[in-house]
Amino acid sequence: MEGARGLMAEAIYALRSSPRLMIGVSIFSFYVMLAMIGPLLYPVDPRKPIFEHLQPPSPQHPLGTDVLGRDVFAQLIHGTYYSLKIGFMAAVIASILGIVIGGVGGYFGGVIDDLLTLITNIFLCVPTIALLVILAAYFRVRSEWIVILLLGITTWPSMARSIRSQILSLKVREFVDTAKLCGMSSLKILFREVLPNMLAYIVMYFILNIAIAIVSEAGLSAIGLGPTGIISLGMILRWAIVWEAVRYGAWWWFIPPGLSITLISLSLLMINDALDKLYNPRARTTR
Amino acid sequence: MSILLRVEKLTKIFTAGGIFGSKMRVVAVNGISFECREGEILGIIGESGSGKTTTMKTILKLYKPTRGKIYFRGRDIWTIPNKEYYRHVQGVFQDPYSSINPVYRVRHLFDNIFDNLLEDVSLDERHEILSEVLDRVQLKAEEVLYKYSYELSGGQLQRVLLAACLLVDPELIIADEPTSMIDASMRVTILNVMRSLREEEGKSIIFITHDIGQAFYICDRLLVMRKGKIVEEGSAEEVVFHPQHPYTKRLIADVPKLGKKLILRR
Amino acid sequence: MLLRAINLKGGYEIRSGFVKAVDGCSLTLSEGEILGIIGESGCGKTTLGKLLMGFTMPPLKLLSGKVLISDIDLYSYDLENRRRFWGSLISMVPQYSMNALNPTIKIKDFIYDFLKQHKRDITREEALEIASVRLKSLNLSPSVLDMYPFELSGGMKQRVVIMISSLLNPKILICDEPTSALDVSTQRVLLELLYNMVKLEKIVSSMIIISHDVAAISQICDTLYVMYAGKIVEKGPLDEVLEEPLHPYTKALISCVLTPEERIRRSRITGLKGAPPNLLNPPAHCRFAARCPLAFSKCKQAEPPLMRIGNREVACWLFNGDER
Ligand SMILES: Nc1ncnc2c1ncn2[C@@H]1O[C@H](COP(=O)(O)OP(=O)(O)OP(=O)(O)O)[C@@H](O)[C@H]1O
Ligand SMILES: Nc1ncnc2c1ncn2[C@@H]1O[C@H](COP(=O)(O)OP(=O)(O)O)[C@@H](O)[C@H]1O
Ligand code: SF4
Ligand SMILES: [Mg+2]
Ligand SMILES: [Mg+2]
Repeated sequence: MEGARGLMAEAIYALRSSPRLMIGVSIFSFYVMLAMIGPLLYPVDPRKPIFEHLQPPSPQHPLGTDVLGRDVFAQLIHGTYYSLKIGFMAAVIASILGIVIGGVGGYFGGVIDDLLTLITNIFLCVPTIALLVILAAYFRVRSEWIVILLLGITTWPSMARSIRSQILSLKVREFVDTAKLCGMSSLKILFREVLPNMLAYIVMYFILNIAIAIVSEAGLSAIGLGPTGIISLGMILRWAIVWEAVRYGAWWWFIPPGLSITLISLSLLMINDALDKLYNPRARTTR
Repeated sequence: MSILLRVEKLTKIFTAGGIFGSKMRVVAVNGISFECREGEILGIIGESGSGKTTTMKTILKLYKPTRGKIYFRGRDIWTIPNKEYYRHVQGVFQDPYSSINPVYRVRHLFDNIFDNLLEDVSLDERHEILSEVLDRVQLKAEEVLYKYSYELSGGQLQRVLLAACLLVDPELIIADEPTSMIDASMRVTILNVMRSLREEEGKSIIFITHDIGQAFYICDRLLVMRKGKIVEEGSAEEVVFHPQHPYTKRLIADVPKLGKKLILRR
Repeated sequence: MLLRAINLKGGYEIRSGFVKAVDGCSLTLSEGEILGIIGESGCGKTTLGKLLMGFTMPPLKLLSGKVLISDIDLYSYDLENRRRFWGSLISMVPQYSMNALNPTIKIKDFIYDFLKQHKRDITREEALEIASVRLKSLNLSPSVLDMYPFELSGGMKQRVVIMISSLLNPKILICDEPTSALDVSTQRVLLELLYNMVKLEKIVSSMIIISHDVAAISQICDTLYVMYAGKIVEKGPLDEVLEEPLHPYTKALISCVLTPEERIRRSRITGLKGAPPNLLNPPAHCRFAARCPLAFSKCKQAEPPLMRIGNREVACWLFNGDER
């Protein structure tokens, strides 16, 4: 209990002392709320045509309708939900891969490290978007989970590399030796003693990974390789492009999803940056 | 007295830098041999960088020797499983701040020991046992157990680490500058704890220090290290009162004696 | 009398109150004197040093007292204006300062920057000339000027830092724990350097050395002050204090000095139990009472003032002297 209260106090302190964090968190929470309670407050089916094509915003349709007569605001709500979900889940996969590959390599060293570093470097050299395109094109039907998986396995390398270098500097600290003298196994030491020292760092990287995955998903969707059968922010943009929304001057159709992608990723970058300044591991451990 | 630990022609070379760039090579310990007997306090003295810590970490199986062998009760230490070895041999490292994980409270260190080395102690007994060992190093359990390392002074942490050793109750303790941050008045008390470990419980201690006065107060025998080699070895009296090697002679001469004015050397 | 500090009180303003790190300390220092201050960690030695400098950066605050150097009343100037005395009138080598040198700047560039802050129109050549003359007079090789701090050993770094602190010829140099973290041989060389600066080369007029290592500083000090929990409990000529310490705390401190001498080995020395009082809320009676082996009823009733006994002063109820 005391721990939870401490965390609250810390969070309030952090928000107070960094306006950037405040803005980032506000924008991001706005979108999370939109995705979560939007469908309850605005229960319009985003797929159902209402036979009023390309209507500009009006009280009935706050963001107008698209060329097929579907409500853009309802699409935005659902798109935000799926984009956040895809970004979040892809970041989970990328972070687990990054932590395990970077952590194990850095901690155990030797041949394992050489091998894992090689794999990481190969992934780092291949342009992510090209790899994504090739892999995505391979699937005819791309369920949201396939897209999540693809984004996950293309986003981890840079995280693995930083985790590895962090571990390298942590493992020479003597508390690792102390833990060995306690009879703990190497894996236990890695996960119980070393990784918790990088928690702030991991959280920051996780946030960054969400932003990267959301933007990548949008990019993938824009060229027609996004998830099939669901609405994501990227997919809305895709339709707007395909139906030449710009030529019709239907700004309400392409600006909201575009702006949302920008704002969500920007807010995540702001949070990441502010946390970096606040919880830089170096500042935390020095006395 | 039987031999507890034997170090034979131990060499440890650190290399760094890989395929590219010049390869750095440091000979930290250079072919040293010595033994530690049962129930003795063996002092290792020498200036900084002379290889004391490296020797200690190699004995604790934290570094693999480049050459040479170490035997504990006649068994090559690398053939003894870690858990078993660490029940018999424990260590205190030089830097107390870096020795304790900054993300956990001090209690976590003791719980790690209970969980891995002392599995037969029940949860309810833990606190009482901890109070006991902490009391021996003049600490109060409630003063330190639930604090983070950065909330304690260096001297308090060094005593916490010594208490962790006492908890394991090994036959051999290797302590690297274990009193460097403890105030003089408290330091004597801690050195007395180590003395009584030997006198009353027959434990062996390898005491690493650059403070010859402290070594002389508690050690039976002394090794003098310089640049990775042992330059002199003998009983504490022999080494301090009749040093043979020029380096030892100078070292002993440089030790400040209370109230003796500095004689300028030109 | 070069320096006189009268009844200094000061400490740190923190959230939970005021840490009375220096609580009524007076000090005098004459020309050519080396004065040692000993005491255990946290007793206020560094704080006293800062107050003598007038270095009262928040949270450090002076509550009352005066510092007179020559005929300058230090605290009649505000913090901003006290700065100009630092380096030229009084200088301090802080604890751990040898580790504070910027590793990416060569020693000579550091010296140039340092001197430029005090003499705006100094040229690079002039600065280096001053520095190499000073290095020579202290038996140090001028080649260190071209090195980076990480190329120097701990002892060398410490000597360089002390050399730099003396470049402006301050009258008084305060060294905070100059020898801790150095091994005996390096320590010895450093003590020789400090001794030379005052007694032979007369680069500084007087010196104050703060340390917890009695044996080390007793080699070069003339006068010894013993501090305990924010107070000076004993002061006097070094030989007298070491020969026959009066205050029970001084006695304990000196008996705990472990030197390689026969008597040390044969006896079992008893250290002090317990810890000094919390300076947030120190007791109103003798601060050593809880740990003092000789404490009696009066000790827990009132605080003993410093009393004069011959050449010395001691704050302990065991003695009856003239109250100061
Ligand atoms: N910046 C600070 N903020 C709050 N309290 C402080 C600060 N610096 C020192 N103190 C407190 O003031 C007291 C005296 O500290 P000081 O550093 O002068 O001691 P010292 O004798 O030099 O000890 P050491 O040998 O450990 O350096 C201690 O109780 C310490 O905790
Ligand atoms: N992990 C390491 N990697 C490379 N060199 C090391 C390492 N540990 C120690 N050394 C080097 O080995 C030598 C001996 O060091 P050490 O055993 O730490 O000495 P001491 O404890 O006597 O100060 C030094 O030159 C030091 O720089
Ligand atoms: S006044 Fe009393 S308690 Fe204080 S030092 Fe003297 S005898 Fe000890
Ligand atoms: Mg060492
Ligand atoms: Mg200090």
